[in-house]
Amino acid sequence: MTRVSTAARREEPATESPRSGAGSLAAISLDAVTKVYGHAGNAVPALDRVSLEVEPGEFVCLLGASGCGKSTLLNLVAGLDRPTTGTVEVRGGRPTLMFQEAALFPWLTVRGNVDLALKLRKISRPHRRETVQALLEMVHLTGFEKKMPHELSGGMRQRVQLARALGQQAEILLMDEPFGSLDAMTRDVLHDELERLWRETGLTVLFVTHNVREAVRLGDRVVLLSSRPGRVVAEFPVEIDRPRRIESHSVADLAAQITGRLRDEVRRHGAV
Amino acid sequence: MALFESRGGSSAQLLDAELSGLDQLEMALPPRPSRLARVWAATWPKLTAVALALIIWQLVVWSGWKPEYALPGPRKVWDAFFENFDNNMSAAGTTLWRGVRGFLFALVIGTTIGALVARVRVLRAAFGSMITGLQTMPSVAWFPLAILLFRLDEGAIFFVVVLGAAPSIANGLISGIDHIPPILLRSGRVLGARGLTAFRLIILPAALPSFVAGLKQGWAFAWRSLLAGELIVTIAGKYSLGQQLDANRQLADSAGVIAVMIVILVIGIMIDSLLFGTAERTIRRRYGLVDTAT
Repeated sequence: MTRVSTAARREEPATESPRSGAGSLAAISLDAVTKVYGHAGNAVPALDRVSLEVEPGEFVCLLGASGCGKSTLLNLVAGLDRPTTGTVEVRGGRPTLMFQEAALFPWLTVRGNVDLALKLRKISRPHRRETVQALLEMVHLTGFEKKMPHELSGGMRQRVQLARALGQQAEILLMDEPFGSLDAMTRDVLHDELERLWRETGLTVLFVTHNVREAVRLGDRVVLLSSRPGRVVAEFPVEIDRPRRIESHSVADLAAQITGRLRDEVRRHGAV
Repeated sequence: MALFESRGGSSAQLLDAELSGLDQLEMALPPRPSRLARVWAATWPKLTAVALALIIWQLVVWSGWKPEYALPGPRKVWDAFFENFDNNMSAAGTTLWRGVRGFLFALVIGTTIGALVARVRVLRAAFGSMITGLQTMPSVAWFPLAILLFRLDEGAIFFVVVLGAAPSIANGLISGIDHIPPILLRSGRVLGARGLTAFRLIILPAALPSFVAGLKQGWAFAWRSLLAGELIVTIAGKYSLGQQLDANRQLADSAGVIAVMIVILVIGIMIDSLLFGTAERTIRRRYGLVDTAT
């Protein structure tokens, strides 16, 4: 797959995407996906002819203002919902999805939450024990196995969610604003953590956020969605060397450029 | 310490140190008071309330508002309870066993119906409001029919106890399932939980706090229906708390009546607060539904 330069891609409508459809080995491929909620009369389009391909092992950030259908898109890729028209293709089994909010089961301990992912994959009990321990070690939560989710900080909870998601052994990790409710300090540290895990595991990541810097900090590519309905309006390859720092100039410069484009989009919805 | 050591180390070590530093800063929780202190804090107000009630009762007796054979004091009731100790205990045993048996049966029925109504849309439309309606119907109103169906026998009491408890249990489960945060259901689906597995591993535990509240209410209804039943359906040769109440009244033994009433009250409180109350509190604490600031 060839990556088109930012300048060339930016002004192109999504529907004229030059990407080759047939024979592509993309991990995720959406072709002219439209999602409409409700029925004729009060139908609300959430996504409009969205086409997007994500390579295996690629880290793609989806960026957009409110109402861009980010969560709808993730639900479609996760198989929790079906598109109204268009096709969604996913390779390598069911993707795993990580949420922003408290999506841990409050009746289970940290260990129990991670263990459930393995249990539902029908892995035998003795084998599970070791794996859970290894997963918790990966997210640096050894020693917190017996804590309940409500006893943990927001950042720790998201790491448990990450461990649980990794426990599904999926090849694709979908993330729905996973760090949206965390303080900046914790978020920075978790960016490092996620980047490290992504490199170690070779996962394909589709990461939804409304934080431009976060998108540039993490992504190989940033895809900008318009709002109401959601359309792909621009794509920005991020050619900044890793490991990156969110406060670096190169991240800030690209973020500024993307923010400008995002604001144009938002303005289109203004009353004037 | 860890931070200084990792200064010169790799970025991975630095990350480790930062994560554990943040974790330690966030995890500092205030210590919980000791078990003894908590038990005492919960007990002394209750003991004081009981003492106050006894004092007021004695004062009313001393005031001579009613003759002492009609309204005896605590001392006389105490004596009456021990005079008739064996009968009272065997009566309490019979009544408790009836209550537990009816409640367990109601548990099975209520849970099954609750689960079906909560998960199947057609059943919800058909029976949802009927269950709430049944819950508001005084169970004593079932007795005439129960007696016609089962005659003056155990069956009639059992029938009414089950009808008293089952709607509350079903309703508790239904509202518990209705109030599950959608994010938990989505999480379950992402993890691959479907059908019965999802019900057992996700839906039921998520609905547990409300389900236990329903059980508690169900027991209260069962206990009330049971006592009403025992007053109406007296089975010859069998001691029960309701029958004892009625027998003592016929003998104009006020002290005996009050003694049995206190037994009923104590059993009710014990089961309600010790069994269900403790279960409820444990679950709420485990689920993080308790405000730790208080």
